[in-house]
Amino acid sequence: MVEQAASGTNLRKKLQRTVRRKKIEAVGLTTPLFCVMLIFYFVPIGLMFYRSIDNSQMREILPATAKAIQQWDGEGLPGEPAYAAMVADMKHAYPNRTLARAGRRLNFDLVGFYSLLLKSGRKVSRLGGPPYKAALIKLDKKWGDPRYWKVLKRGLKNTTLIYLLAALDFRYNDNNRIVGVPDNQAIYRSIIARTIYISLSVTLLCLVIGFPIAYYMATATPRTRNILMILLLLVFWTSLLVRTLSWIVVLQKKGVVNSLLLSSGLVSHPLNLVFNRIGVYIAMTHVLLPFMVLPLYSVMRGIPPHYVRAARSLGATSIVAFIRVYIPQTKAGIGAGSLIVFIQALGYYITPALVGGPKDQMLSYFVAFFVNERVNWSMASALGVMLLVLTGSFYLIFGRRVGITNIKLG
Amino acid sequence: MTTDDFHVRFNRVQKSYDGVTLVVKDLNLNIGKGEFVTMLGPSGSGKTTCLMMLAGFEAPTQGEIVFNGRPINNIPPHKRGIGMVFQNYALFPHMTVAENLAFPLQVRRMSKSETAQKVRRALDMVQMGEFGDRYPAQLSGGQQQRIALVRALVFDPELVLMDEPLGALDKQLREKMQYEIRHIHEQLGVTVVYVTHDQSEALTMSDRIAVFNDGVIQQLASPNDLYERPENSFVAQFIGENNELNGTVVSLNDGIAQVTLDNGEQVFALAVTVEEPDKPALLSIRPERVVINPDETGAAHTIEGHVHELIYLGDHIRCRMTVGGNEQFIVKVPNAANNRRLVVGEHVRVGWTAEDCRAFATLQ
Repeated sequence: MVEQAASGTNLRKKLQRTVRRKKIEAVGLTTPLFCVMLIFYFVPIGLMFYRSIDNSQMREILPATAKAIQQWDGEGLPGEPAYAAMVADMKHAYPNRTLARAGRRLNFDLVGFYSLLLKSGRKVSRLGGPPYKAALIKLDKKWGDPRYWKVLKRGLKNTTLIYLLAALDFRYNDNNRIVGVPDNQAIYRSIIARTIYISLSVTLLCLVIGFPIAYYMATATPRTRNILMILLLLVFWTSLLVRTLSWIVVLQKKGVVNSLLLSSGLVSHPLNLVFNRIGVYIAMTHVLLPFMVLPLYSVMRGIPPHYVRAARSLGATSIVAFIRVYIPQTKAGIGAGSLIVFIQALGYYITPALVGGPKDQMLSYFVAFFVNERVNWSMASALGVMLLVLTGSFYLIFGRRVGITNIKLG
Repeated sequence: MTTDDFHVRFNRVQKSYDGVTLVVKDLNLNIGKGEFVTMLGPSGSGKTTCLMMLAGFEAPTQGEIVFNGRPINNIPPHKRGIGMVFQNYALFPHMTVAENLAFPLQVRRMSKSETAQKVRRALDMVQMGEFGDRYPAQLSGGQQQRIALVRALVFDPELVLMDEPLGALDKQLREKMQYEIRHIHEQLGVTVVYVTHDQSEALTMSDRIAVFNDGVIQQLASPNDLYERPENSFVAQFIGENNELNGTVVSLNDGIAQVTLDNGEQVFALAVTVEEPDKPALLSIRPERVVINPDETGAAHTIEGHVHELIYLGDHIRCRMTVGGNEQFIVKVPNAANNRRLVVGEHVRVGWTAEDCRAFATLQ
């Protein structure tokens, strides 16, 4: 008995040792990937989230005001200490050229703040001694307007929601309440809707075009199948930019398609096929088609022909057999392909930017716009967060339903 | 019986997939109503192709297939009204068992109540009444097989085709299902065309068996005739176990051939396809028909055998010996009380009646 017990614990130890070794091996194998993901994926995404709400630089530009304004209850106008702190901060920030940055940031919340700060900054050195409250209001009567002080108090917190709110067409009103922006200024909600609409349309087009291709590939002889597969993957051998630009060549007014249509007499005037929605659909469908065909093909390859035969022998016409027996079995492929295409389409930038018109630009275009033209990283980040949330929620809602993890490519 | 009385008739049917070789060569086969006919043969012998032509999934290159008195060459599969059980069952994975069974009724636009009633009756026929809501993946192999079987029967076809339906089952279940299929056939009186490469399955179930090889029916006969009276060496080899001996015909007398074996010994055999003396012949004899140390009265002759190996199998002993130059000559010795035990290395006399040994002509 004693011996048995001893060997029992021994066995457990041995087992633990092997299990531990397996674990260490697994961790060792995945560590490089994990590090790469951490550095190039999770950290940037985390920074983007942070960027979209970060407001700390305002406190660095106007440190004294940030401190003094905390004492103010937000009703009416603040007292003399806040005005004095503002004057001191402006005296310091204006020569350092950081005041303009604060002005731009506050202008985002309340138009007019930029000019107010620059004008005051220019003149603040000429002000006499205290009290400053009356002096500043005399310098510009906006300093006597409580709205500006409310914006300033909100703008000097460590974090701000104004960018995220703006990305959804919301803003703070004068009473610090979140309200929708006036209809004539609202753009982002319609851009998000447009992004979803274009992505859905492209997904549908890819499905309609890709399904027959995948079906043909799955049923063709190995030779034909290989040729089709190469043709399909050929798309990946040229750069996205080249492919998109060649669509412009093909689709423009004097391009190949229009010349063919004109010479064949089908149309009397050249069609507008590019720099509009049609061009976006054509180019995006072309680029994303393989991502629809491959999962569909992979699922279809796994469907033996005897199901359709069985349906036929049971009395179904070929069409009924196809619809009731074949298509339901491709559901996983349809789901996975659609999800991959849709999610990729949501983030498309280059293609709509090149072949689309102003009304065909998607969310990513505005991310780039805020980075490149406005140098407003916070707004770009906020839009990026919206895109990420959008993509993530579609994945969570539909990804599990279609069982995307069951799909193997090839 | 005139030709029109047959339920299914293959009339000079040929099939080629590539335009060069014929998979099915000049097939003629008549199947009576209510008959259970099995197409038996090695893989690639054309039996499945024949079944597919009958089902309508392949078109004959030449010839005519007649079903219920009318040619069906140009009738698409769904209009033939022929039930079919597939090798891998082909139960639709996205439908429940009940939906699978209802499918052939729905596409025939049968009313809902009638469909439900027929589905119920079909499930009861195989004692699976409570499985209607399950999906095929939730059933065992035998259960899937039963559902596939009743699905092919639920729309009351007069003809059911079965393409190696029991191939995926283990031995015990296979034997059980063989009886079940046989009973359903007797109960419903449908005509069954069954394809298999398993000869014991064919012998168990069929009224008649068509042995296929190389695109040709080698023999069409009842199981009993096929086993006892094979018409050529292929059938003799394919059905059951057989010992082969090579020799030359010496004389023919009243259907009995006297044959000199390659080692010079003389035996008698039933002349099946040998027609004249001095021609080479292949003798075929079943292991259980060989008698060890025969009393001279029963056997036509005795020849020498040299025992190499004994395998104890309980009810009989399998003995490998050299007989007439064949080192792989097998004899099944019944494990009876009065039989003497053989010893390895021993020389014994073996013999058989001329009727048990069949002589076939061979090519030079």
